[in-house]
Amino acid sequence: MSGQTVPADFSGHMLDLDEDEDLEVFSKNISLEDGNPMPNSPGSMVNQYRLEDDEEQQDPNTKDLFITVDKPESHVTAIETFIMYRVITKTTRGEFDSSEYEVRRRYQDFMWLRSRLEENHPTLIVHPLPEKFVMKGMMDRFNNDFIETRRRALHRFLNKISEHPILSYSECLKVFLTAEDLTAHRKQGAGFLSRMGETMKAVANSVRGLKSRPEEFTVMQEYVEDFGNKMSSVDRVAQRIAKEQREYLDELKQYGPTYTQWAGFEEELGDPLKGVASCVDRCSKETEEQVCHLSEVLIPTLHEYVLCSETLKAVMRRRDNIQAEFEAKNEALISRKADQETLQEEVDGLADRLEQANNALKGDWSYWKNSMTTDLKSAFISTAEKNVDYYEKYIAVAVGFLTCTHVCHDKFGVCVNI
Amino acid sequence: MVEEGSTLLRRMEICVAEAEKRSGKNAVNMQETFTVYLIETRPMDAVAEGRNPAPDSLWRRYSEFELLRNYLIVTYPYVVVPPLPEKRAEFVWHKLSADNMDPDFVERRRVGLENFLLRVASHPVLSNDKILYYFLTEEDGWKEAVYETGFQAKADSRLRALSATFRVRNPDKRFMEMKHYSDELQSHTSQLLRARARVADRLYGVYKVHGNYGRVFSEWSAIEKEMGDGLQSAGHHMDAYAASIDDILEEEEHYADQLKEYLSYAEALRAVCRKHELNQFELEMASQDLISKKQQREELATGIVRTFSFKGMTNKLFGQEAPEQREARLKLLEELIAEGEETVKDKTIECEEHVERAWVDMQRFKEQKDKDLQEALINYAVMQISMCKKGIQVWGNAKECFLKM
Repeated sequence: MSGQTVPADFSGHMLDLDEDEDLEVFSKNISLEDGNPMPNSPGSMVNQYRLEDDEEQQDPNTKDLFITVDKPESHVTAIETFIMYRVITKTTRGEFDSSEYEVRRRYQDFMWLRSRLEENHPTLIVHPLPEKFVMKGMMDRFNNDFIETRRRALHRFLNKISEHPILSYSECLKVFLTAEDLTAHRKQGAGFLSRMGETMKAVANSVRGLKSRPEEFTVMQEYVEDFGNKMSSVDRVAQRIAKEQREYLDELKQYGPTYTQWAGFEEELGDPLKGVASCVDRCSKETEEQVCHLSEVLIPTLHEYVLCSETLKAVMRRRDNIQAEFEAKNEALISRKADQETLQEEVDGLADRLEQANNALKGDWSYWKNSMTTDLKSAFISTAEKNVDYYEKYIAVAVGFLTCTHVCHDKFGVCVNI
Repeated sequence: MVEEGSTLLRRMEICVAEAEKRSGKNAVNMQETFTVYLIETRPMDAVAEGRNPAPDSLWRRYSEFELLRNYLIVTYPYVVVPPLPEKRAEFVWHKLSADNMDPDFVERRRVGLENFLLRVASHPVLSNDKILYYFLTEEDGWKEAVYETGFQAKADSRLRALSATFRVRNPDKRFMEMKHYSDELQSHTSQLLRARARVADRLYGVYKVHGNYGRVFSEWSAIEKEMGDGLQSAGHHMDAYAASIDDILEEEEHYADQLKEYLSYAEALRAVCRKHELNQFELEMASQDLISKKQQREELATGIVRTFSFKGMTNKLFGQEAPEQREARLKLLEELIAEGEETVKDKTIECEEHVERAWVDMQRFKEQKDKDLQEALINYAVMQISMCKKGIQVWGNAKECFLKM
């Protein structure tokens, strides 16, 4: 049975029958024998979100959902051309009918998935997608590097979702991974109008202002602002390094041949010159790999966390809106004498909703922080290792060269101390 | 390296110990600042015996070294004369100052000047030169002595002769090959130096940009509880990494200087080959002149005109000249022919001597070049290894910091 009990976002969706898939889940008969206590009362749902520290991430040993994104292919229709990615799922989870699925998805489909996840879990931190538009100059959507970069990011996105203790049990994720044709499902889901309604409410509430934001969320807000700035800075530095390395590589490619060309006109010196040439060539090769590594590992990770900071800001905003709505209704309750009962019920509902939202955020916040630490730590470690590897390989070639010439050193009486 | 004779360097320890700034008036009576270099010499036997006498010393400026070298080039045209360090900074990459007064440039020049003196003083032929000896020992009066040798006039006439274009019929093939080699040597070393300077510039950029990590990690660590320490210390290592490139590239400049020496040597080698061409050309001209004069004598003596000449034509048209006139002309010709034969003999000797001595010195140069450049290349590889070791250390440390995050 699905381990998910997503408290439907009551505001605006309470009467929205389009949320049938969530309501379906909500009313499913969940057996306690599964070992998954699936409470379906708001009160007990609160406990769901008090995640223990060591349960915050899915233990890799118990990972039971494996997703890959690959094989980007051009798809041509009468109206447009776009890229389809292959999404392969392997799972042992019971709620999936089969253990393997293969579907094709386009970027828009990923966008759909993500917006559904955000709608259903407004105060959970949903990993960002790669950017929709191409920012830089000449590159177009069909450039191979761009497609590959996007593919990796989409792969990472789905893996992040599949590792998330709550999101990975989302029904829309299951639909995304398994449905042959997603377009039918995409038509369902929060209507445009209800989304509009929510946005209007949010604007109205923010104009009103919050009475008092709990301290911990203010701290979070400040952190989120700073984090965004720092990530942007680090991202810029990494990109600058990659640029400098590329320029260095260009010059190296011109430098090596000067030794080889000279060697052609020398007798005794020919071999030592060629030896140095091969050192420089090796340096070139390794620098190229260094640049690749930076572009494929560190920079994408940093970039994702730059995008994450926007996600975090949105989450904070949504939480604030939920609080604002509650406060608005609460004030109305206090000031109005009529409709006390109805209002009271509404206020209670909103109060519960606020509490759930806050707890969801608190729980997910530490999950996210751990995840962020792990990802960035891993990316930096990998970069450091790559750099060590670079120097080690270069040393090997240089030592090889020295060993060769050392054999002839007696001829010239040259002594070498390494 | 030197088998026969005892060169100056064996008898005398030479070094260029210091450099100093001076002010004075130059040739056009304008105030200028220049650098002087201290040359110290000590008798070798004193050093060998363990005594430590104070060295004799005198100050010389770069232009005096140039004067000495020009004198040597003109006086020993069959020697590949060691070059001076560059007059102006060439193959500069952005950080290196092109300013002649820059302390790093002055220091590298000091080393280059010492190297020049050591090479000259250990050369089997050059080391015996008196002017060289005075250069090292007589601060005043040296300039006058040089000019008294009259080398300047020779220098000027040789320059004129070499700058004219002339065609040599039978140059020594080995010299032509050597000249071609000197062109290749010049071309390839300069390409290499140019490429190396650009690589150095880019590598500098890569290292320095990593310094930004230091600043950014430090700022970031302020907002992180767990990652803070790890980030902060990783940042310090990044600063160290960025700073390390300065020493690395400074050491590489010595490598570049070694290559620059041979870039200049290529020109000296070429000059020896050109001198051969000049000698050969002058010999051919003298021989040609002698042949034509002898032909003229024959015609005059026998009356048979073999070659067309204006005189011949006018003789035909207006009749032969008087016998007295003919006698006078014949006598003059005989004198010219005698002179011409002397000239040819001298030129032949000059040419052969030059070829013989130059060939010996070019062989010596070749061996020296192969040895020096192989050593330079090996040192370059050693430098690269040292750079890599530093890199491994820094990134290994950074990794440890990241692990603690």
